[in-house]
Amino acid sequence: MLGPAMGSDAAIAVDGLRVRRGGNPVLHGLSFAVRRGRVTGLMGPSGCGKTTLMRAVVGVQIVESGRVEVLGAPAGTAALRPRVGYVTQAPSVYGDLSVRENLRYFARVLGAPRERIEATIATVALGEQADQVVNSLSGGQQARVSLATALLGEPDLLILDEPTVGLDPVLRRDLWGTFRSLAQAGTTLLVSSHVMEEAEHCDELLLMREGELLAAEGPDALRRRTGRERLDEAFLALIEAGEGDE
Amino acid sequence: MSARVTRATALRVLTQLRRDPRTIVLLLGVPPFLLTLLKGAYHQDPETFQHIGGPLVGLFPFTTMFVVTSITMLRERTTGTLERLMSMPLAKLDLLFGYGIAFAAVAVVQAGVTSAVAFGPLGLDVVGSTAAVVALAVGNALLGMSLGLFVSAFARTEFQAVQFMPAFVFPQLLLCGLFVARDEMIGALQIVSDTMPLTYAYEALESVTATGSLGSRGTLDVSVIAGATVLLLAAGAATLRRRTA
Repeated sequence: MLGPAMGSDAAIAVDGLRVRRGGNPVLHGLSFAVRRGRVTGLMGPSGCGKTTLMRAVVGVQIVESGRVEVLGAPAGTAALRPRVGYVTQAPSVYGDLSVRENLRYFARVLGAPRERIEATIATVALGEQADQVVNSLSGGQQARVSLATALLGEPDLLILDEPTVGLDPVLRRDLWGTFRSLAQAGTTLLVSSHVMEEAEHCDELLLMREGELLAAEGPDALRRRTGRERLDEAFLALIEAGEGDE
Repeated sequence: MSARVTRATALRVLTQLRRDPRTIVLLLGVPPFLLTLLKGAYHQDPETFQHIGGPLVGLFPFTTMFVVTSITMLRERTTGTLERLMSMPLAKLDLLFGYGIAFAAVAVVQAGVTSAVAFGPLGLDVVGSTAAVVALAVGNALLGMSLGLFVSAFARTEFQAVQFMPAFVFPQLLLCGLFVARDEMIGALQIVSDTMPLTYAYEALESVTATGSLGSRGTLDVSVIAGATVLLLAAGAATLRRRTA
């Protein structure tokens, strides 16, 4: 089940990934593949290694061992930089610039055409706040500026770390809608969340706990295998089954 | 490297600065204010004011740009924007040159305002041209910027970054010859001051303001300022990591 299904349709192929941070092992030899054009949810509690795994896929994480291949090239390769969009959990934009100024700068860095600025502002629904300084926006709005930045260059792969945390439910639904339409247009999305309800919106799930991968399958397959209708209960059943094995 | 990205970065840094009018007022107001204090303090001894006032005009941008750059860079690191840029198709030199262009522009304005006040109402008299003082001031600003960029990699918090100013800038100011002529210092301190780039910056400024030319050591002075700037920029570039632990 967890074996690397590394076909040509894999946007991300990870094999035996081990990472240590501050001397402690964070990822204990993960192997999985993420298919192209799908929304894959990376689910698991806070501190289980989701962010570290995403950083390894983006290629900004120093890894101990293992192979991480992204869009057919080793993660972090220069050629991948325009093709991979990464949104960190904390909004990484300039707080003292307006929304539009931030996007204008990053668009120039990415070499994205001007029209993309207004298009992404519309996608994240920040039209009214476009000329406001980012520091004066709410946390959720700042998170959307950060997301807009990643959408500018129309990347083939989007890595989104907890993009919906603290958002209004309507907005959260809209964002999942946006992710869906991006996937339909061919973008691959890897989206992390610690809220199992959000797993519902994903085509495939990677369930993580304490640096290990518990499952890599779709929501329905997970339901069938555990016999639980609710995904949070299914996750719990997997954890309990794992503990029983030990 | 790309001219587009470098220019965009310079513009972005300047826009950030423009958003902060209080900092602009401080950048432009503090050096003339300090020179005014100095003139008052030396009113019994106008010769000393004449002697140190001129070089000071060219040394202010060094300290200012050191602080401004180290804090700005630290912010890029702590807010994650540096990591984001490092994951984008941006060359490290685009970032460094972008900063350089922006802060050189600020230094031109700062040195221009300071020298207008110093050589105007404050009655500071220099033998050399004001333009030469401003040119050296810009060179020193870039030196301060590269030093700030490099040391910011070793600060985890803004408190630490601010403390780097007394740690890295004050010793250079004390030993560069501004307060005490270097040949009056004990031998060990002379050797230490020989290793500090600001010593050469002061020497060049002192020579221009007192004699009107860079003097016999002018080539050495200018090469050390330029060489130290390039070296520190390279060291600073090495601290910008695409991958971190």
